Order: sequence, then structure tokens, then C-alpha cells
Amino acid sequence: MVVALLITAALAAASLGAILLWLQPRQTGEAALVERLNDLLPQTQCRRCTFDGCRPYATAIARGEAGTNQCPPGGEATAVALAHLLRREPRSVDPQFGVMPAYPAVAVIDEATCIGCTKCIQACPVDAIVGGSKFMHTVIAADCTGCELCIPPCPVDCIDMQPAPAGMQRLPPPVATAG
Amino acid sequence: MTPRVRGGLRLDANKARSTRSPLRSASVPAELILPLDQHAGAPARPIVQPGEAVLLGQPIAEPHGDISAWLHSPVSGRVAAIEPREVPYRVDPAQSIVIANDGRDARFAQPAVDYRAMSEGELRAHIARGGIVGLGGATFPTEPKLSRSNVASDRHLLLNGAECEPWISCDDMLMRERAGDVILGARILRQAIGATKCTIAIEDDIPLAAAALRAALDYQDDIAISVQHDIYPAGGERQLILAVMGREVPSGGLPADIGIVVQNVGTAAAVARWFRDGEPLISRIVTITGSGVREATNLEARLGTPIAALIADCGGYAQEAQQLIMGGSMMGLGLTSDSLPLVKATNCVIVAANADLQPRGVEMPCIRCGDCAEVCPASLLPQQLHWHARDQNLGALLQLGLMDCIECGCCDYVCPSQIPLTQQFRIAKIPVSSELQARSDASAARARYEARNERLLRIEQEQRERLEAKRRQLTGRKQ
Repeated sequence: MVVALLITAALAAASLGAILLWLQPRQTGEAALVERLNDLLPQTQCRRCTFDGCRPYATAIARGEAGTNQCPPGGEATAVALAHLLRREPRSVDPQFGVMPAYPAVAVIDEATCIGCTKCIQACPVDAIVGGSKFMHTVIAADCTGCELCIPPCPVDCIDMQPAPAGMQRLPPPVATAG
Repeated sequence: MTPRVRGGLRLDANKARSTRSPLRSASVPAELILPLDQHAGAPARPIVQPGEAVLLGQPIAEPHGDISAWLHSPVSGRVAAIEPREVPYRVDPAQSIVIANDGRDARFAQPAVDYRAMSEGELRAHIARGGIVGLGGATFPTEPKLSRSNVASDRHLLLNGAECEPWISCDDMLMRERAGDVILGARILRQAIGATKCTIAIEDDIPLAAAALRAALDYQDDIAISVQHDIYPAGGERQLILAVMGREVPSGGLPADIGIVVQNVGTAAAVARWFRDGEPLISRIVTITGSGVREATNLEARLGTPIAALIADCGGYAQEAQQLIMGGSMMGLGLTSDSLPLVKATNCVIVAANADLQPRGVEMPCIRCGDCAEVCPASLLPQQLHWHARDQNLGALLQLGLMDCIECGCCDYVCPSQIPLTQQFRIAKIPVSSELQARSDASAARARYEARNERLLRIEQEQRERLEAKRRQLTGRKQ
């Protein structure tokens, strides 16, 4: 009888411990969750989600303040991945947050029109625009995420979105030299 | 421990038919076509103008970007045009320099150099100027590959003479007839990477080449010769390293990461000619074989020679000729026309008759027999990759190591359902590599975004501190 009681008590303690262990990361692991959510985001930093960048959006999702369907650049794949991580029903990206062009786009400055005001440089969230005050600016195409945040501040409207320069359209070469 | 190739196939060798006659020079055509992107990496940029006179061995295009290569004129004559031409290695035409041959072979003055007096950096720079690229078929520029070897100490140069494709014999003939070039090139390459050890790996079915190498070494023991079993694809870079050294190159890594540099024996011979004779990479040895050509043989041909001219040098087409393949029967590419030029990558042209080709039946569903996984030399699971490739499940494909597929074709060969697996994997690699690219772009964008936020915070902080200091200064003055 005593033995049975002891065993029951031990089992109860063990399962309580397990439950506590399982609960613990959920209570204190918000930072880890933000990290995992942020990893799934495309890092465009475009603010289409209405937050100040990908990490702030990830933080808002983790706190339950934003949905998983607010990232147009990530598209359906990201919406599904975010919902999957949170074990929620996936929802399609809401078009109210914007619609992406069908091709990857980058910002291009019309260098003849640019007056060198540096407003776009300040707006770029990923430091992809270079230039000095009263000197022509240009976008480093390889670093541009296509966020479009540089377009509204431009006082002379000289920034345009264009298809990203394509990589080499080459047959995938044989990878090994199996001669 | 006896290291060996994982998986792989024993294939019927068809090498003997092209090694009966000695190596000879191909005729030089009136017009040569030199595509600017015939090496891996970025295309070269022309440094000659149409109409300009050029000499044999004169540089005509310079490298552009980190991974690129010089290109030299294979004949003397005149630049007839710089325009897009059809090429064997891709679908759309490639910008090419067309040279009209004047038939005189007037040489560009290029002195021979003594490698023994040169530093590693000088050697590598000189190798780059010779337009040397990997001649095993992948045409990766040699200089950047050697330079990457700097990351590891205790380096080992492994020369790849394991010509595992069943039809190709150009390296066999090279080693038989020019073993001295291979040995000299090996010593130059070894010094260029600061390696202490050098091994030449060959398969056990080419005893004449092995004997020639041993004779050229003349009892010096600075270079080892390692004889491997004749298993396809023993000549794959990673497979060869495993077989010879019992070491595995990490997935996503390079042989350089474990201190090994692999170069083809043909590349070593090209390096030797460039240093000893001042002759840059303007020609290569190519196997012309198959039942569709009258006299299968190995030719030394100038780059840019049309394939039709090479076949004419071998007695022309036989009646049975059906299909042209550049490269081997396992990994080669089908050619649409015989007017395409010989490029640095062309180690073999198979003029195949129907009897040479393995007949392909109708594709049937996968029965999950697992034969493909048995033969896969990269230890992948082709049956699983097949499943996810059909689904376009990029995450699963990455996880299952699609990018480690060397496209050797072993899985195709054994598949009882006749599924063109390698073709599927080649196609699936395109979205998977753009997915990889997107991931690395995203992590770079994230790093820049975070660095910018930190900078903005720091600037704000500094401004606040300056303001505080100024305030203190002003109130101090008032008192």
C-alpha cells in the first residue's frame, strides 16, 4: 500500500515536472520564438506588414498582435511556414498589405534627374543606396531588396522599380569532373 | 582500411577503339570560333577589335570578375567578327570571337619561364595568364581554384587521371604520350599551392599510361601514383578523394577545406606547356569515337575548330551515325549540329550509332526498389529526391542533399522504371539554387538592416550626449 502510494506520488511529481518543463520555454521563450519567426521572413524590411521591419513584425506575431498573413514579399510559402510554426490554420496573404510584382524587382535611380538630396539614402532600410549630398546617388542592385521605401521620399520622383538584373541563363554545368 | 568508391557502376569500357592509333594533330580550319564564356564563371572581355591582326598565342580576351579566364588566339590571322555564335554547352548563342586563319601560325612572343625561381603568388598569376582552366570537363579556371587552397595547411595536390566515363580516352593517351608534361605540370602546380605531397590517381585499366608515368618519374619519389579500381564515377572529384585518401569532402564544402586540390592531368600538361614552351591554352586533346565515325582516335585540336572538321579528320561519318554527344555517354550533352566549335571543355565527341546507346523505354512509376540508392556515389536517396522533385518541395530537396548530386547518371542507368532521374535533378537544382540564393540574400539583408539600426541608435546616443555636454557647459558659464 505504502509502496503503491509512493509510486503514485513519484509519477505525479515526474509528470508535473514534465509539464513544467514543457511550459517553461513557452513562458520565457518569446525571444527564441521571435528569432524562429524572423528566420522565416524574407528580410525585405519593406514594412508592408505595417511594422518597422521583419523583426518587429516577428515580434508582433509572437505577441499575438499580428496575423501570419501580412507579408506580401514572402508570399504564400511564408504565410504557410509562419502558421505552421505557430500550429495555426494557414491563411492566404491579405492583399490589403500590398501585391508584389510577378518578377523580382529592384529600385533604379534615374541618375540624370537625381539632385543628390540623400532622402532615399536615409529611407533605405538595408543601406543599398550610395551617394553624397548634392552628388548623384545610385542603388547597389545586388543589395536592393525591392522594398520600395525609397520611392515616396524622392522629391523629383526619379526612382523606378525595374526587373532585377538576371543571373547568367546557363545550362547548369556538370558539377564534377568525372572524366 | 581499403578506401573505395561508394556505389558506382562497372560499365563496359569502350575506350580501346579510340586508343588503337597514336595521338595526332587535327587539321586547322580556315575559321575558328572562340566563345567568351567557355569557362565556368564570368565571360571574358574581348581586348581585340574586329579586323585586327592577331598572332598565335596572343591574348584576345581578358578575365572579368573573380572567376574568369584569359582567352588566346589559337592561330595567326585576323579577327573576322565578335558576335553571338551557337555553342555546344548552352542553348542560346554565346558572344564569340571569330578568327580568320592566315595559315602561317606566326607566334606571339612569349618567353618560357623557370618555375623553380618563382613564388606561389607569381606562379598562380602566371597560370592565370595562360588561360588555363580545368580540362576534365567542368572548365573551372585553375588560378582561383589554386588560390582557394590557401585556407588549409598541409596541402595535398591530387592529379585526376581516373577517366571513368566509358568512351573517353584523351587523358589515357595524354599520359601515354606526354607523361613528361604531366609530371612537370604536377611539380609546377604543387609549388603553386605550397603543397608537400602530390599523388596522380589513375584507374587500373590503363597499364600503358601507368608505365609511361613511372618512366617519366625516373625513380624520383616526390610524386606518388595511386591505381584505383575501374568503377564509374571514380573520377568524380569527391569520389576520387574518398577512394585515394579515404577522406570525405563535407557537404556544401570544397576539397580545399580539407587541404586537397584536385586538378585534371590534362590541366597539368597544359600548365607545363605554358611554362616550358610559352604556349597558352590554345589546343586540347579530344577523343573522337563511337560507331558512327570511321576511325575513332584521339586528336590534338585547336580550340574553335568545328566538330565537323574533327570528324572529317577521322575519316568522316559512318552510315550508322545517329547522334552527336559532347563529353561521355553518362554525363555528356547532346549536340544539335556538327558546326559547333571545340571548346576548352570538349574532352570527347561521341558519334553514336543506335547500337551505342542504351535504349530508353517508356517511363514507368517508381516502384521504390532502392537500386538507385545502392549505386549513388554521393550516398543520396534518388527515389526520395524523385518524389520531392515532382512535388517541387524545395525544403525537402535541400534537406536530402540535392545539391550534392554530381549528376553522374548512375541512378538513371539502373532504374527499372526508366525514370530520367538525373535530368529531373538537373532541372530541380535550378529552383533549389535560387532558393539557396534567396536565403543567403535574406541573411545579408538582415545583417545590413541590423547594422543600420545599430548605427542609427549609436548616432542618436552620441547626439544626446553632445547636447547634454553643451547644456552642462552653458549652465556652467552662467554660474
